[in-house]
Amino acid sequence: MKTLPKEYRTISGLSGPLMMVENTTDVRYDELVEIELAGGEKRRGRVLEIESTRALVQVFEGTSGIDVEGTKAHFLGKVLTLPVSRDMLGRVFNGRGEPIDGGADLIPQKTLDINGMPMNPYSRDFPSEFIQTGISTIDGLNPMVRGQKLPIFSASGLPHNRMAAQIARQATVIGGAAGTPGSGHEDCAVVFAAMGITFEEASFFMEDFRKTGALQRTVLYINLADDPAIERITTPRIALTAAEYLAFECDMHVVVILTDLTNYCEALREISAARKEVPGRRGYPGYLYTDLATMYERAGRLKGKSGSITQIPILTMPEDDKTHPIPDLTGYITEGQIILSRALHRKGIYPPVDVLPSLSRLKDKGIGKGKTREDHADLMNQLFAAYARGKEAKELAVILGEGALTDEDKAFAAFSGVFEDKYIRQGEYENRTVEETLELGWELLTMIPTKELKRVRDAYIDKYLKPRLEARAAGLGPEAKERR
Amino acid sequence: MPNEEKIKGVIERISGPLVVAKGMLGASMYDVVHIGEIGLVGEIVELKDDTASIQAYEETSGLMPGEPVVCLGESLSVELGPGIIEQFYDGIQRPLELIEQAAKSHFISRGINVPAIDRAKKWKFEPRVKPGDTVEEGDILGVVQETVVVEHRIMVPLGVRGTVSSVQSGEYTVEETIAVIDGSGTTHNVQMLQRWPVRKPRPVARRLPPNVPMSTGQRIVDAFFPIALGGTACVPGPFGSGKTVIQHQFAKWAQAQIVVYVGCGERGNEMTDVLLEFPELEDPQSGHPLMKRTTLIANTSNMPVAAREASIYTAITLAEYYRDMGYSVALMADSTSRWAEALREMSGRLEEMPGEEGYPAYLGTRLASFYERAGRCIVKGRDGREGSISVIGAVSPPGGDLSEPVTQNTLRVTKVFWGLDANLAYQRHFPAINWLSSYSLYTETLDAYWNDRFDDEWSGLRIEAMSLLEEEDQLREVVRLVGIDALSREERMVLETAKSLREDFLHQNAFHEVDTYASMDKQFRMLRTIVRFHHVGMDALKKGASMSELFNLPVREQIARMRYLEEKQIDQIDKLENTIKEQIGALVPTGAASAGVTAFKGGEQNENVA
Repeated sequence: MKTLPKEYRTISGLSGPLMMVENTTDVRYDELVEIELAGGEKRRGRVLEIESTRALVQVFEGTSGIDVEGTKAHFLGKVLTLPVSRDMLGRVFNGRGEPIDGGADLIPQKTLDINGMPMNPYSRDFPSEFIQTGISTIDGLNPMVRGQKLPIFSASGLPHNRMAAQIARQATVIGGAAGTPGSGHEDCAVVFAAMGITFEEASFFMEDFRKTGALQRTVLYINLADDPAIERITTPRIALTAAEYLAFECDMHVVVILTDLTNYCEALREISAARKEVPGRRGYPGYLYTDLATMYERAGRLKGKSGSITQIPILTMPEDDKTHPIPDLTGYITEGQIILSRALHRKGIYPPVDVLPSLSRLKDKGIGKGKTREDHADLMNQLFAAYARGKEAKELAVILGEGALTDEDKAFAAFSGVFEDKYIRQGEYENRTVEETLELGWELLTMIPTKELKRVRDAYIDKYLKPRLEARAAGLGPEAKERR
Repeated sequence: MPNEEKIKGVIERISGPLVVAKGMLGASMYDVVHIGEIGLVGEIVELKDDTASIQAYEETSGLMPGEPVVCLGESLSVELGPGIIEQFYDGIQRPLELIEQAAKSHFISRGINVPAIDRAKKWKFEPRVKPGDTVEEGDILGVVQETVVVEHRIMVPLGVRGTVSSVQSGEYTVEETIAVIDGSGTTHNVQMLQRWPVRKPRPVARRLPPNVPMSTGQRIVDAFFPIALGGTACVPGPFGSGKTVIQHQFAKWAQAQIVVYVGCGERGNEMTDVLLEFPELEDPQSGHPLMKRTTLIANTSNMPVAAREASIYTAITLAEYYRDMGYSVALMADSTSRWAEALREMSGRLEEMPGEEGYPAYLGTRLASFYERAGRCIVKGRDGREGSISVIGAVSPPGGDLSEPVTQNTLRVTKVFWGLDANLAYQRHFPAINWLSSYSLYTETLDAYWNDRFDDEWSGLRIEAMSLLEEEDQLREVVRLVGIDALSREERMVLETAKSLREDFLHQNAFHEVDTYASMDKQFRMLRTIVRFHHVGMDALKKGASMSELFNLPVREQIARMRYLEEKQIDQIDKLENTIKEQIGALVPTGAASAGVTAFKGGEQNENVA
C-alpha cells in the first residue's frame, strides 16, 4: 500500500453514515479516507465496498454537513492505524485515539493496524492464572483468570459502572514470576474503552481513576453519547490494539474494560441498515456474531509471552432479557458471564451480583493449591450449593409458611440472608484479598450443621471449619455448640 | 498445468469476504482461485457470464479493483495421506503449526501457503500386494504405521484398476511412487499422497443399516438415547448448557477408531484446551493418548468467515478417507450454527433472496447433504471392509429457541436429538440432556443388540426406567399443585426411584476421573440395581415396611456411590442386589403375609421424608 493519496471531488450520494464516491481508481478495500468539508473541517472514513469505479465510504464522524459539491475525499492508501507507545498509560483519548487530556501528542514507538490479526489457536497458551479483583463474588465464586473474557451482563439502572471502576482499580495478579505463587502482587494495566456513555459517567471514571491513583496505569478511550455513533465501531478496536501492544510487546498483564457493548451493537445496526443489508434477529446484521467475536477473541495468552489480555466487556441487557441477541451472542463467545440482579440492587446490596446464574467457565483452571488455596474449589461449590438451597427454602417458606421448613432448611434459609448481606455485599472501596474472601466463606458456613456440608472434603472441614467452631464454642457457650 | 493455460480475471468489486471478478470465462463453480497480488485463497460460488463471485478464505483488506484473479482449475480439495492424524489444521487444511512458523508470529497473517501433509517425512511402507496381482479401486496396496494406534492403509486410487507391475517395501516420502499399476493401456504411478475435492462425497460399495451401537461412555446417551455406528446426532442448547463439554466427552470416549474434531466458529481457548489435553488423556480402548487417533480442525470465530464454511467439508472428507480404509470414524462438529451463519453472510453479500431469518433457502439441502455423508457401509475394495462415519453436530440456537431454522433443518435429517436444558445446567445437573424431550430413533434397533448381550434384560430395564421418569414428571405436577401429602406410598416410591435415576445414574461428572466414562457393562449393572431397589422396595412397602426407613437405608448410599467404582470393580455392583434384599427384608414386619392387607395402613402418609 504505497500509493500516494488520491483526491476526489466526485461524491455522488450520502445516506446515513455512508458516502458514495465515483470515478475512483486504485482504491483499496478497507482503506482509510480523509474527508475535507467545504468549510475546511476534516473527518475520517473507511472504504466499506468497492465496485469497479465506485467506492462506498463509512464516515466515522457522521455525514451531517457534508455536501456533494464542495467536499473532497482523500484516499490515504493505508488502513486505519493507531500509533502506540508505553506512554499511553495515564492518558485519556477520544474514541478515535486522539489525546483529549490536554497533554502532548504521543511519540509513537510503532503504528499498528487496529483490526489486528486472528491469534493462531496453536500459538495460544491456556489461561490458568488467577486475577484478584478484590470482589468476593468474583474472586470467591466466579474466579477470573488471565487471558479470559468475562462479560458483565447488566441492565439500565444497575451500578455496573461503579463495579467496572472498582475492578479496574483493584485488579492485581497474584505472584510475580510464573511458578512462584505468593511472591507478591502485581497491578494490572487497564485499558478502558467507553462507547456512547454520558459525560457524567465518563467524568465519574476519570475522576475516580485520578483520585485513587489508578490513572497512571490506565489508558482511557472515551466516546461520549453525543459523539458520532459510527466512531463507536472503531473505539473498542483501538483499545484492543493498544492492549495488544502493552501485553505482547511490553509484557504487561492488561485488563480491558469495554462499556457499553450495547451501544456498539446499535451503531453496527445503523450501518447495516444504511447499507440495506438483510437483517437478522431484531434488525441486527447477520454477521453480529462474527463481528463481536473478532473483538472478544483478541483476549488471551500466547506461548512464550509473559503478558496477557483479559477482557471485561459490559453490556446492558435491553429489558433485562438474557435472550436478546447482544447478550445471547456474547454468551456464546465469552468464557462465562457475571449477571447483575435488579432484586439485589433493590435490597441495597452492592455489588448486586446474581450468584447463581453467573458463571466463569475457566474457574477451575485458576484456583487451588499454588494458585489461590487448596480449599477454594470445594468451598466455592459448597457456598454455591448452600446459597441455592437457602434460596429454595426461602421460596418454600413464602408459600407454605416458615413452619413447613425442617431445621436444616431453616439454617440454610438464614445462611442465604447473611450470605447476601456479608459475602455479596461489600464496600465500593473495599478491596478483599482472596484469603479474606475464603475466610469469610468458612465463617458463614459455620451457620450450617457440619453434616450438611457435603461438597467439602473432611480434611478441609477439620482444617478450616473445626477451629472456628471450637473457638466459638469456647467463647460463646451453649448456643454455638447446639449448631453442631 | 503450465501457467498460461490458467484463467486470469480482474477484480471488479470487493465487499467483505466477497470478491467479484470479471474475465473468468471458462472457470467452473467451486474452482479455487488466488486473489490479488498477495494471493489470497478463495472459491467461486457464483458465475454469471464471465463474472465470478468468489468467497475469500482470508481477510480481503487492502485489495483493489483491477488486481488479478487466477483460477487454479481445480475445486477446493484436501490432501490425503499419512500425517493427517495428530495434526491441527485450519478450515482449509493448512497446519496451524506451519502457519506459525511461516508467519513467524503468534498471529495468522495472510497469503501463507503451506502444505497440508509433510513432503519431506519418510514413512515405512509395507506392501500388502505383490507384483502380478490384479487390483481394483479401493484395494489396499500396503500399509504405513501412522501413529502407534493407526495403521494407515494406502488404497488404489478411485478409478484405477489393473495389474501391479512393481511394488516394494521401504521408506518413502508421500510424493514418491510406491507402486505401479498397469491398467488397460495406461500405467499408473501410485503415490501415498492423493487429493480429493471436499464438496464431493467419496463413493462406497454398499451402504448398511446402522444397527451396531457406538458407545460413548455417557450413561444418559448409551442407555436412553443411543447413537449407532454411522448414525447422526444433534445437540442443540443455549450457551452455558454444556454443549462443548459434551462434544469433548464424545471425542474422548466414543468407541471410534478415528476421531475428527472440528471447531467451527467457536472459542480459540477451547481448541487450545483440546490441543493440550488430548495428548495427556488415555484412550480406554488402546491405552495410548487420545491424540494418537485424533485430528483437529479449527476455524475459530475470529478467523475468516468463508473458511468456516469450508471447514465442515474439509472435516468430513478426511473422515471419509479413513472410513474408506475400513475404520469407524466419529466426527464432532462444534458448532454447525456458525457454519450456517457463514452461509447466511455469503448469501447476503451475493444478494440472494433470503429465506427464514435471513438464511438462504438452500440451508436445508446443504445441511441434509452434509449429514447424508455419514453412515455405515461396505467400502470400495474387494475385501469387503466395513467402515462408518458417525456425525455429532452441536447447534447453538439463538436464545435457546429451538424453532429457529438451523435447529429445525438439522432435526429433519438427524436421527438422535439430545436436547440440552438450561434449567438442568442451572441446577448443575450435567450432562444437561433433558430426558423427557430428547429422543433417539436407533433405540429399538440397538435394543436387539444389547438384549443379546445382557440376557434379554436390557430393553425391559430401559423402558421401565424411562416410564418411571415420565411418571415422576406427572407426579411432580401434582405435588406442585396440592403438596406431597396427596401422594400414595407407591407414588412416593416412584418419586424416590426417579430421583435416584436422575442423581445416581443420569448425572455424570465429566471432570471426575472415574465417573467421566462408564462402560456398557457398568451402565447395565447400575441401572439394574436401581430398578431392583424399586421392585423390592415397592414390594416391601405393600407389605407394610416403613417408608422413611426404606428411603434412608444404608444401601442407598452404596447405590449413590456406584458411579465412582472403577471398571474392574463393577462386580461389586452385582453384590448390592443381595444387600438390597437383606436390608429391605429386615424392614418388612414379620407376619405381613399378603401385600393387600397392610398397604393402606393409615398414618404413614404424612411421614416426613428427608
